[in-house]
Amino acid sequence: MVPEIGHFALILALCIAIVQAVVSIAGAQLGVKSWVAIAKPAAQAQLVFVVTAFGCLMYAFIQNDFSVTYVAMQSNSMLPTVYRISAIWGGHEGSMLLWVTFLAVWTGAVAMFSKNLPDDMVARVIGVMGLVSAGFYMFILFTSNPFDRLLPPAMDGRDLNPLLQDPGLVIHPPMLYMGYVGFSVAFSFAIAALLSGRLDAAWARWSRPWTTVAWMFLTMGIGLGSWWAYYELGWGGWWFWDPVENASFMPWLMGTALVHSLAVTEKRGSFKNWTVLLAIFAFSLSLLGTFLVRSGVLTSVHAFATDPERGVFILILLLITIGTSLALFAWRAPKVGMGGKFHLVSRETFLLANNVVLVVAAAAVLLGTLYPLLLDALGMGKISVGPPYFNAVFVPLMAPAVFLMAIGPITRWKQANVMDMVSRLKWAAAIAIIMAIVTPFAMGEWGLLRPLGFALSFWVASAVVITLVERVQKVKGPGNYFSKLVGLPNSFLGMCVAHFGVAVFVMGVTMVTSYEVEKDMRMEVGDTVTMGGYTFQFNGVSKVKGPNYNANRGHIKVTKGDDLVTNLYPEKREYLVQTMPMTEAAIDTGLFRDLYVSLGEPVSGGAWSVRVYYKPFVDWIWVGCFIMAFGGFLAISDRRYRLVSKKREEEELAQAGEGVQGATAHKVATSEK
Amino acid sequence: MSKNIRYLVPLIIFIVVAAFLYRGLSLNPREVPSPFINKPAPDFTLQKLENMGEQFSNKDMLGKVWLLNVWASWCVACRQEHPLLVQMRRRGEIPIYGLNYKDAPSQARQWLKQHGDPYEISVVDFQGNVGIDYGVYGVPETFIIDKRGIIRHKVIGPISTNILNECVMPLVKVLEQEDPQVTPTEYQRVEGCA
Repeated sequence: MVPEIGHFALILALCIAIVQAVVSIAGAQLGVKSWVAIAKPAAQAQLVFVVTAFGCLMYAFIQNDFSVTYVAMQSNSMLPTVYRISAIWGGHEGSMLLWVTFLAVWTGAVAMFSKNLPDDMVARVIGVMGLVSAGFYMFILFTSNPFDRLLPPAMDGRDLNPLLQDPGLVIHPPMLYMGYVGFSVAFSFAIAALLSGRLDAAWARWSRPWTTVAWMFLTMGIGLGSWWAYYELGWGGWWFWDPVENASFMPWLMGTALVHSLAVTEKRGSFKNWTVLLAIFAFSLSLLGTFLVRSGVLTSVHAFATDPERGVFILILLLITIGTSLALFAWRAPKVGMGGKFHLVSRETFLLANNVVLVVAAAAVLLGTLYPLLLDALGMGKISVGPPYFNAVFVPLMAPAVFLMAIGPITRWKQANVMDMVSRLKWAAAIAIIMAIVTPFAMGEWGLLRPLGFALSFWVASAVVITLVERVQKVKGPGNYFSKLVGLPNSFLGMCVAHFGVAVFVMGVTMVTSYEVEKDMRMEVGDTVTMGGYTFQFNGVSKVKGPNYNANRGHIKVTKGDDLVTNLYPEKREYLVQTMPMTEAAIDTGLFRDLYVSLGEPVSGGAWSVRVYYKPFVDWIWVGCFIMAFGGFLAISDRRYRLVSKKREEEELAQAGEGVQGATAHKVATSEK
Repeated sequence: MSKNIRYLVPLIIFIVVAAFLYRGLSLNPREVPSPFINKPAPDFTLQKLENMGEQFSNKDMLGKVWLLNVWASWCVACRQEHPLLVQMRRRGEIPIYGLNYKDAPSQARQWLKQHGDPYEISVVDFQGNVGIDYGVYGVPETFIIDKRGIIRHKVIGPISTNILNECVMPLVKVLEQEDPQVTPTEYQRVEGCA
């Protein structure tokens, strides 16, 4: 009964989405007030029904209802409850349901938090989102219904892939999807702006917080995914340039470019066409990512069930969504004005450079990801593009981007003075050069790229400090340094924090790729190995039983000098249902190093092969990601989004009074001078 | 007007990409038509990985059904199939020989020490010449070779439990029934391998 309710709720959600799309957009375009008024309630009703559907599927999972095919495929009665819930998005049907649920959540959020926006604009945005939702509902209902019954019911389920039975997987996909789907808001705002012909600074201001939130979720999602791969796959790596990873990374690069480009459009009115295009691209790449992962055109470590019929469906969706948007762009864009002029040395230029680099980087990743497919389609054979390509292309592209990142924030809009900038950044340059020499010296080993990595990290970090100090000094009035710092606008602080996160990330990557130590050994009970000042003693292997697996658990005692540091228990698990062996690494996490032990195979004479890593600063990679995401959070908490939107509303009212309709009213941002 | 054409560029690029994606749908990345199927396995004589002083040739295997698994320590997908290969060796149903492809022998040895050694023997194809003879597209690939030294099937990409149970093992059982002295008029196939 419950699965049928879920199925029915999903069908109703589809119907509402169609109404939401057609009536809202038509109403906005034709100027029918009563149609426009449908948008918000429709979005809310759709949210209610899709959440009902999702709840029904969750119920089926928790209750072990193996008469539902999808549950029988993904779950098992021995599976712990928390993994039964995360098993919902462990397979294709459920992840698509999660996708549309989040889309409805975002639409609902737009309906709720846009009281200050003109009604017709909100209706267009909600309408465009309704169109996307309708496409995905049809996809789910026609090709991948999670509520399909299995008759006769299975005695027990096939269980969740053991790789996915992990706390990291409980939160990683939802975060990632929130990010993916979140770009649909920026996309819908862009399409709405193109439809109305009002591509102005106000549009950029409305899109900005939404884009930042989506970017924040995506950043966390990718960070979590990388962390999961690090501790769960047992290979000690943190990024593999796998097609599925790339599918999440491309929208991130594009979204990062969009966040910066929106800033220019809002503040200076420039780059409007470019910003719209980026908004379309960011969401298109999210859709493309979904297509690549779900259609099986590429082989990947994340081998999901694949089905060509679904592939065709998603491709058609992709064609309609992206094709129409780009056609709309080609039609409307020529009429958009150029916006404020700027000189060669100005913040606009640096942001444009940043944009170009990020877009080129995304294109390079896209090329590397699709290249095997292109060659195959042309009948030129099968190849795989490995990490060497990506590393060779990516590092030289991102290094200048990181270099410019330090300069951009201290540069003035319109026109800047080169000598002035040099004198303001001279200390950052000095610190970067000194640390580039000192750090490898302190770590005891030199290399070619290491000084570059350290230099960039310290360059960005010290430039952030200089930017903050300069800004604090400008604040007049009483109060100490700290209160003035806290009093700065959150959006400015958010930018500084996010940039600082990049510095932390670069530090982590440089350190771990340069100074990690890795040893494979045959260890008998009592054997020791010393690495990075730590002594690892192997104390044998015992058998343990988990809820749905049996494991061999090794015991490794780690000491430093005479002090006990920790005991590590790496496991080799055999999951009962899928009889799949799994390596569960044991990690001692520290601020400046990780100790990572994974258990290999038993070898002759009661000995085991053991792999031990010493990974300096590896956690800085993920900490850096979270600092970046936190920067995004700070930026959207800025009070100006609330104040300005009020001011905007008054302006709109005044404008309506003057009888100015639609048309591309050029408005240069009035706030924030 | 001509100035406005440039706004169409993104659309045109997208349509080209979409055409390729459509073509991609009808292609199976795992399925590569191999001119080597049902042909004699190309001959090789290479050094053994574990004992570089000795050599191994595919001719040593005449009269036996065996698997030739192309692997490398740098290959991520190999790690995915590896536990399965180790399990297969433990069960001892079919001898697996490794072709260590374009890899540093020291790293290859370390890799086997860490992840377990599923191979009876691994041979070193440092230059990748034998790989070229066998038409290796990517790593891992696994060739199923019959008693007369004929390649009967190849699995591209990592072997999964499914492929193992539905294609590899059934085919091996069929091949083991065959008489090496008789040249079959038609090569038997297995449904799971289609």
